[in-house]
Amino acid sequence: MILRLVVLGLVAFMTLPTAVVVVASFNPTAILAFPPEGLSLRWYENALTYPQFRRAAVNSLVVTTVAAALALPVGTAAALALVRYPPRAPGLWTALLLSPLVVPGVAAGLGFLILAAGLGLLTSRVVLVVAHVVLVLPFVIRSVMVSVANLDPALERAAASLGARPWRVFRRVTLPLLRPGLFAAALFAVIVSVNEFVVSLFVSTRVTEILPVAMFTYVVNYTDPTMAALSTLFIAATFVAVFAADRVLHLARVFQIGDHH
Amino acid sequence: MARAHGAAAAAEVSAGAPAPAARAGGGAAGLALLGPALLTMAIFAVALGSLLQLSFREFIPGSLRTGGLTVRNFQAVLAPQYLRYIADTIVLSALTTVLTLLAAYPVAYTLARTRSARVRSLLLVLTLAPFFTGAIVRTYAWMLVLGSSFVRWPVKLLFEPQGVLIGLVHFSMPTMILILAAAISHIDATYERAAASLGARPWRVFWRVTLPLSVPGIVSGTLVVFAWTFSAFPTPELLGGGRVKMIANVVKDLALDAFNWPGSAAFAVVALTVTFALLALTARALGRTAP
Repeated sequence: MILRLVVLGLVAFMTLPTAVVVVASFNPTAILAFPPEGLSLRWYENALTYPQFRRAAVNSLVVTTVAAALALPVGTAAALALVRYPPRAPGLWTALLLSPLVVPGVAAGLGFLILAAGLGLLTSRVVLVVAHVVLVLPFVIRSVMVSVANLDPALERAAASLGARPWRVFRRVTLPLLRPGLFAAALFAVIVSVNEFVVSLFVSTRVTEILPVAMFTYVVNYTDPTMAALSTLFIAATFVAVFAADRVLHLARVFQIGDHH
Repeated sequence: MARAHGAAAAAEVSAGAPAPAARAGGGAAGLALLGPALLTMAIFAVALGSLLQLSFREFIPGSLRTGGLTVRNFQAVLAPQYLRYIADTIVLSALTTVLTLLAAYPVAYTLARTRSARVRSLLLVLTLAPFFTGAIVRTYAWMLVLGSSFVRWPVKLLFEPQGVLIGLVHFSMPTMILILAAAISHIDATYERAAASLGARPWRVFWRVTLPLSVPGIVSGTLVVFAWTFSAFPTPELLGGGRVKMIANVVKDLALDAFNWPGSAAFAVVALTVTFALLALTARALGRTAP
């Protein structure tokens, strides 16, 4: 009983900020008040028409699409290699490929910035996209590795013994069986890339910056609820994505929570 | 943001990776498949290498060119005006870790042990949603909560260390919950039932059985959250408002505002070293306690 109350309080603590943002986004005036003196959609209009947000949204779309499109095949190939053709010391290789997860954002960001300056690419989008591929790759590899490990090689051998050539086996047997892993990989790739902030702050300019960076600049400079409106849209999209993922992937299983015995 | 959890999970995947029938040693097919990923990692390695290289270069004010080799950038890290930020970083990370552990455990326990699939699903979604909402949205949300427009706080919280601490705990909770919940789920419930059937009250079962058996999760959660908070950036940047700075904020100030890339690189290298040292420690600790 006490545990239940404590958990309820902690869940409230975890969700409180989200609730406040949603309430603030409908505030009619630039200065926040609680309880709000009415409802208004003007900040949504503001958020959706603010030129820098629109530019950043287009940049986000481009960077995320290109980064995910590159990371998905590269990561899938690596995952297949790590499980099917394990190199000597597979743990070491896996650790190497997953290392971007543990490098502090500012270190990676500054490193890419120095690299961009050295290559004369400071105003280009290339380094930004490459950085996103690097940061997204571990999530792709991890998701696909789980699927590959669960795939019964006998099914592929059966197809091969019936005369299918390797490419056909891959297209018709391997790929369809990996679908849940690939779906998870794509979902993670998009979520991580869309929300990436620290590294992007270092390697983008006002022209190439993606949404989180534009949002950061806005928050530092303005206090009106435009940011709350945009945040609410983000939060809504995230909830839909997480619910969808839970339906398709059964997240408790992914994170190894609950009964195994 | 999902990085820290991934780090912990990375250890699991590599440890539990099955080695199927294929020849050990990889072979040409394995190498060809790994190639593109290794190339990507090589670019990353070059970026980190140039960071390391620049941290040993002399800063020439007003220029992005650098001078000869020097260790002065690292001496600056320990200079009085910066040492304060390092000390603040350590204190804030330690406090965040302890508070996060205390706040995350009850949620993780419920998540792992509840019999209702619906409660588990709901808790999991509520835990994961902030995990995926992105650093800026979450931090902005705390700016609204901690500011004085919604609640009249008896003490000032925004742009104060206390406010930063609250934000950091909130930020670390999902990671800690997932690590702890996985650890508690791995405890065989028959131990708990055995203790209970021998007459131990629920609190005693928890204290003498569940808690000790969840130590591996506590160790890895603690180290991962500490390492991760040590290089936290958006939370202290926005909730600290320039008055509270952690090491990552100094990296950003030096690099993007003062254009002192060598000086900034030295701080980044320190953050990188501490993070790697702690995670290596995590891997070792897990290797030792794992069954």
